[in-house]
Amino acid sequence: MNWLSKLFNSSIGQKLLVALTGLFLCTFLIVHLSGNFQLFKNDNGMAFNLYTVFMTTNPFIKTVSYVLYASILFHAFKGIHLAIKNRSARPVAYATVDGKANSHWTSRSMGVLGTIILVFIVVHMGDFWYEYKFGHIPYIRYTQNMVTGELTSTPLVGMDGQPLTINKKMEEFVDGDNKIIIVKDLYAEVKEEFTNPLLVLIYLISMAAIGFHLFHGFQSGFQTIGVNHPKYTPILKSLSLWLFGIIIPLAFASMPLYFYFL
Amino acid sequence: MSGNMNITLKVWRQNKASDKGRFETYAIPNVSEDMSFLEMFDILNEQLIIEGKDPVAFDHDCREGICGMCSMFINGRPHGPLKGVTTCQLHMRSFKNGDTIVVEPWRAKAFPVIKDLVVDRSAFDRIIAAGGYISVNTGNAQDANSLPVAKENADHAFFAAACIGCGACVAACKNASAMLFTSAKISQLALLPQGAPERNTRALNMVAQHDAEGFGSCTNTGACEAECPKGISLSNIARMNREYLGAALMS
Ligand code: SF4
Ligand code: FES
Repeated sequence: MNWLSKLFNSSIGQKLLVALTGLFLCTFLIVHLSGNFQLFKNDNGMAFNLYTVFMTTNPFIKTVSYVLYASILFHAFKGIHLAIKNRSARPVAYATVDGKANSHWTSRSMGVLGTIILVFIVVHMGDFWYEYKFGHIPYIRYTQNMVTGELTSTPLVGMDGQPLTINKKMEEFVDGDNKIIIVKDLYAEVKEEFTNPLLVLIYLISMAAIGFHLFHGFQSGFQTIGVNHPKYTPILKSLSLWLFGIIIPLAFASMPLYFYFL
Repeated sequence: MSGNMNITLKVWRQNKASDKGRFETYAIPNVSEDMSFLEMFDILNEQLIIEGKDPVAFDHDCREGICGMCSMFINGRPHGPLKGVTTCQLHMRSFKNGDTIVVEPWRAKAFPVIKDLVVDRSAFDRIIAAGGYISVNTGNAQDANSLPVAKENADHAFFAAACIGCGACVAACKNASAMLFTSAKISQLALLPQGAPERNTRALNMVAQHDAEGFGSCTNTGACEAECPKGISLSNIARMNREYLGAALMS
């Protein structure tokens, strides 16, 4: 196993791990974004809340999500470790450096951008993931008429008007013509959170950081794993700019903005 | 040769590796715009010698862009403001009358300063010694056509072989990484059949030596490619990564 430790202690081996975890996180972003589009559905959050139940109970998704958490931690801390190590490769700094003459600022700021993103992930998971798992998310009751398709919803409250909870994430049953779904209302939590302008601002700044980070990071990951080809590298570079640098961050940013101005 | 430019130089002076070092400012009158940057340094040094002072130590040899010795970090860029040239190919017409020019040595842990602007680049020699060669049995030269090489491979091997080992890539890189140099030296052999027998050990040993010398690791900023006087392409680094990972995982 000596060869393995040699590989993963070499500069290229360590970069490989950062690149692979980074590219995996890029694919996750696409999944996360497509799921979140259900926030825009005009159903008072039913699709989004059901999707949340699926994402937190499906055994396959749960397994992938543990790999995801491990990847985030590894990518972040290995990245910081390498940035510190790389800095020590130049113990005496130049008096003048004209960085913009030879490289893009994003490529020289991956550590700072990545740190902003790491802080954001902590805030974001505290807001939603922690709240959903351990906090007090109210329940909502959706009633859908199976003949007319008409959908109504009411918060699940007791006689005294206090929020009621059930001891699982959702409950589904049929009552006459009506299908009743009782589910944790993460949608309401999202709506509520994004009335706070400070939080919206934090999200917008973080999405900008993600865009700049991925504008360099996505195509850079391919270079690190050795993919550099005159036919495909230009495609990867334009995906880096348009998809990961602009479209995905803008689409994510549209969510806090949508709820803020709702 | 004299002209009508007045130049102020801020030059890094350092007596030896363990010295802390400092900037000295020199005024150089009557600089001709046809002078090369190194000729201006010759004039400065003559001036210093006449004044009984220690001349500025700087590396140079061919003065025609082929040896790679003339390491100078000029106004924040290796080899100064022009693309695709070494310091000896830079002329004073690239500057304006009255300019102040800051000149520093290459700065990297793996390139310790010997004196003033002269740095020790023997780390590059040790990377080459770790595997940047092919073993050839002596005897009569083979028939030239016995080893067919695809034109495209020959071209890319030649492009990589254009590297003159100047170290500008290390100097420009924010991580002081020597991966452009190392990848050029791996690529020029990996692309040719003569390089095949030692292909795996070459990649493994040269990268290991690169790391052991204290160079940083590449974060694909592309600064090296932009500053390389010989236009060595970043695609060589991707090839080196493939060679290294292939050798580490499969050999
Ligand atoms: S790759 Fe370019 S910059 Fe680096 S040593 Fe070779 S010639 Fe100089
Ligand atoms: S002195 Fe030889 S390349 Fe400049």
